[in-house]
Amino acid sequence: MEIHEYQAKEILSDFGVPIPRGGLAYSPEQAVYRCHEIGGDAWVVKAQIHSGGRGKAGGIRFCQDDEQIWQAADELLGRRLITNQTGSAGKIIHRLYVEEASDIANEYYIGFVLDRQKERIAVVASSEGGVEIEEIAHERPESLIRVVVEPAVGMQPFQAREIAFKLGIDKALISQAITTLLGCYRAFRDLDATMVEINPLVVTADNHLVALDAKMGFDDNALFRRPNISELRDKSQEDPREMKAADRGLSYVGLEGNIGCIINGAGLAMATMDMIKHAGGEPANFLDIGGGASPERVAKAINLVLSDRNVRAILVNIFAGINRCDWVAEGIVQAVSKIEVNLPFIVRLSGTNVEEGKEILRNSELPIIMADTLQEAADNAVAAWQDYERNQGAQ
Amino acid sequence: MAILINKNSKVIVQGFTGQIGTFHSRDMINYGTNIVGGVTPGKGGVTHLERPVFDTVKDAVTETGADSSIIFIPPPFAADGIMEAADAGIKYCVCITDGIPAHDMIRVKRYMRRYRVEDKMVLTGPNCAGTISPGKAMLGIMPGHIYIPGRVGVIGRSGTLGYEAASQMKAEGIGVSTSVGIGGDPINGSSFKDHLTRFEQDPETDAVVMIGEIGGPQEAEAAEFYRDNMSKPVIGYIAGLTAPKGKRMGHAGAIISAFGESAAEKVEILQECGVTIVPRPSEFGSTVKAALASL
Repeated sequence: MEIHEYQAKEILSDFGVPIPRGGLAYSPEQAVYRCHEIGGDAWVVKAQIHSGGRGKAGGIRFCQDDEQIWQAADELLGRRLITNQTGSAGKIIHRLYVEEASDIANEYYIGFVLDRQKERIAVVASSEGGVEIEEIAHERPESLIRVVVEPAVGMQPFQAREIAFKLGIDKALISQAITTLLGCYRAFRDLDATMVEINPLVVTADNHLVALDAKMGFDDNALFRRPNISELRDKSQEDPREMKAADRGLSYVGLEGNIGCIINGAGLAMATMDMIKHAGGEPANFLDIGGGASPERVAKAINLVLSDRNVRAILVNIFAGINRCDWVAEGIVQAVSKIEVNLPFIVRLSGTNVEEGKEILRNSELPIIMADTLQEAADNAVAAWQDYERNQGAQ
Repeated sequence: MAILINKNSKVIVQGFTGQIGTFHSRDMINYGTNIVGGVTPGKGGVTHLERPVFDTVKDAVTETGADSSIIFIPPPFAADGIMEAADAGIKYCVCITDGIPAHDMIRVKRYMRRYRVEDKMVLTGPNCAGTISPGKAMLGIMPGHIYIPGRVGVIGRSGTLGYEAASQMKAEGIGVSTSVGIGGDPINGSSFKDHLTRFEQDPETDAVVMIGEIGGPQEAEAAEFYRDNMSKPVIGYIAGLTAPKGKRMGHAGAIISAFGESAAEKVEILQECGVTIVPRPSEFGSTVKAALASL
């Protein structure tokens, strides 16, 4: 689960990380009021969306008077911001975070991640702040500072010190840097985070250390024990279809293609999508309905896939292991006869009692296109989609 | 011989008396797995599926001599169950549970480092379908009948894709020595490389099928191990060609978050290391058949 910048800053601030003075605004008037509250003579109005790359997309505005603040807030609120990470739909701006502007002397990057190879929490730091860390990792991997934390004792001050000195942070600010690094680590560990990133961490012209931007991500599997974090979820930032699916216990990811997929199991789902691609089509979605594939789940899945207007054909691929194909087939027949499906509907069943399952589909007299193998399923789906497009074009 | 489990394995079920534990225990018993008892804290002393139930794993091991365990404990408590098994002297543990917090798995892995290599429990999963040595024993939730006994090892992160591969192989008459599910989580008990090592040493395995997917470094690590240390052929597939960056594809661990984690990049690494690639997921059977023919 992701949260907004202002929420991450609030959390990190509680763990001792220094942040600029700022406040939340839901309207231009409130933005102006906040700036007066903060004081000073320059402010930054920042769009709060769940994405990086906001600056380049015009979501962060530097302002020097009331007029500019009002204007910036008015333009941003309610707009969909499209960044290099949001996809073409963008993300809607409902909240602004208004901050005192900082006079930047130096910028740094610090990030905490779950290192899957080391199976521990790792810190990545760079003296090149403000740029995308992926680029540095790719182009100059040797310039990155990496420290791995021993889970039994946690991050030690000497590790934070090493990072701070390697970054070349001014001696007078070393103890602030250590507090910041250890604070991020404790937040990561105590709150079941999967990512904490401060980019940039800056030294200001008057020699203060502050976290100018902050990002946190949390382990969905641990939310059951983090009610305070669950509360920070902002559903307006999530794909409505993915959210709807998650609420129904299905795992869905929307894509740009037009062959809808309904599959049991994550690996088989990805493999079936690969097959569609090899056959010359593009999948509209990833959808794992779980190992069981009960009739209720199949029905929910069909409704979900149909809610995507780009879908031109639906491919169902179920491997019935513990359950049986005849049972899955009955579920499909029940679901399809209740829901009006005007699109080509391709079904491939395999596993236990596959012949009985096919018999049920055949006898149902529903317009179901059957397939025996994975290859046939993908070929049939792509052909059906192409036929459908042709017929639509002819009309 | 096979690896990890065989006819002589004495198995206990942690989370034995729950609905899911009961269902799959019955299935495993029917397959011929030697299940000697189970553990459900607070239900010690009762009999379930004609087998004794214990309060702790230690009691179960002392009374039954169990050496293997399979876990169906709900996610909030599963990590604790794994550590309990390791501490009780279990040698091989399969954790089926999906949804264990990643920080809990960091703790589990750190805890298990306290044992010497020769005393250390082998863990597969969590979030996996389990392990089967066809015709000998099944420690998992897979449909046993899709596997026939044979001489090909299988290691995979996914359940149903593994079934797909096994049925394609069965259709070609190719049997399996052992199929190991390592699970779809970002931090798991053991890796592709760990089991490639075992299959390389297993006299009853001639070749290994490795079914990977997007996310994480384990396929690349395994490919390098194959290049440097293995004599038996490895046939590999990586699922998720169409997966976008930064999106979780069902499995908690199936997410491209760094360079080298996409399907195309992993396939390239596998190829460079000499692994035979299954070009598309409909060709598991034919690719394995061709690889065996050239032995």
